[in-house]
Amino acid sequence: MQRIINFVLRYRNAFLYAFFAFISLVMTIRSHSYHQSKFFNSSKWVTGSIYGAGSDVSSYFDLQEENSRLVQENRELRKLLFNSNGDSITTSLDSTLLQHEVLNAKLIKNSYISPRNYVTIDKGARDGVHQDMGVITTDGILGIVENVSNKFATVQSVLNTKSNINAKIKGTEYFGSLIWDAKDYTVVQLVDIPRLVPLVVGDTIVTGGMSSIFPENVPVGIIKKYDLNDSKSFYDIDVELFSDMANIKNVYLIENKNKEEIQELEARTVE
Amino acid sequence: MNNTIIINIFRFVLLALAQVLIFNNLNFLGFINPMVYVIFFYWYPIKVNRAVFMLTSFFLGITIDIFSDTLALNALASITIAYLRPAIMRFCFGVNYDFQNFSFKNTTKIQRITFMALLVLIHHLIFFSFEILSIAHILLILKKVFVTSIVTLILCILFSSLFSPKTE
Repeated sequence: MQRIINFVLRYRNAFLYAFFAFISLVMTIRSHSYHQSKFFNSSKWVTGSIYGAGSDVSSYFDLQEENSRLVQENRELRKLLFNSNGDSITTSLDSTLLQHEVLNAKLIKNSYISPRNYVTIDKGARDGVHQDMGVITTDGILGIVENVSNKFATVQSVLNTKSNINAKIKGTEYFGSLIWDAKDYTVVQLVDIPRLVPLVVGDTIVTGGMSSIFPENVPVGIIKKYDLNDSKSFYDIDVELFSDMANIKNVYLIENKNKEEIQELEARTVE
Repeated sequence: MNNTIIINIFRFVLLALAQVLIFNNLNFLGFINPMVYVIFFYWYPIKVNRAVFMLTSFFLGITIDIFSDTLALNALASITIAYLRPAIMRFCFGVNYDFQNFSFKNTTKIQRITFMALLVLIHHLIFFSFEILSIAHILLILKKVFVTSIVTLILCILFSSLFSPKTE
């Protein structure tokens, strides 16, 4: 017994190292396959507040650029509004008939160079944000809400090797999954498109209607390059994203009001 | 002694804040985020309780992990260089390191830079290997390790000459 104690005492640093290395290794490997940790993430009060304070300072630097971008977007939306016929305006303004609710938020932490990118936004549970809401920018998609605290939320970006979003080729019903190979932050991959589909470089990719997270036809990007995969029956498509992931400030969160009903129905069908 | 503790707590907080608010947002050339907080392991007093040092480095790593949503990658890399630091120092400074009155003052600049370079290289190698954890991405890992190491090293040398600690 004395010897064992002496042995442990002699190598106590090695044991300490092994203990902490084991803890971190378990957390690291978990982060490759499971959801982000619920308790340790940047949506929490301390981390969120510090990022919020940092973003309060830095947001002044690109205020002008951000303003002109928002005006540009408003102009586009007004053009759409004036060119649509009167009937559709009045019906769409009746809020009880709308299927999708839209919230706005500001990015307080952006990340796009790690293989598993999460961004943090300044709206949380008290503003009506909850898990699995779709997040889009002015130009295209950004990701899906993963963790929510009272005032902040973290978003799993499309630039995350765990991300898997339903997408299709615009104007057709051929859909596949949007994944990311961690190589280039301007390009994501669309897989599972069958080889019989006619493709052209430059075709637009939009979100599909198969998930209840994003509405159908939210722009994603354009086809940059395509190739048959190893089994020669599906395409591997490189999609160049519309959103400039390195330069995002204002984002929109989309809530599907029918989502719970859809999920409940699906769960019941599986049983 | 009390003074060293306060200085190290101060460094801990400042380096963690600088890392998450400034260096994690650099995105230089689209993929380089130098991890300048590694300089903490260079500045930390030499003859101290190793267990305390390892605990401190684990908490420094995990703090940065929580901020950057890379849970436990920085902690893993930090604890490893904290554990290996005496061995690296013996390698860089030779027998001098074993003397009781060893300090950075009686080492050459080349020795100190080698020491820092080894700390940075081991840290980045562990960080990026476990970040991607796939053999298919080996070229991407190596590119990230070497380029980021060089940038981190340059910044660390600049920092160490700007704020050279007087307590060593």
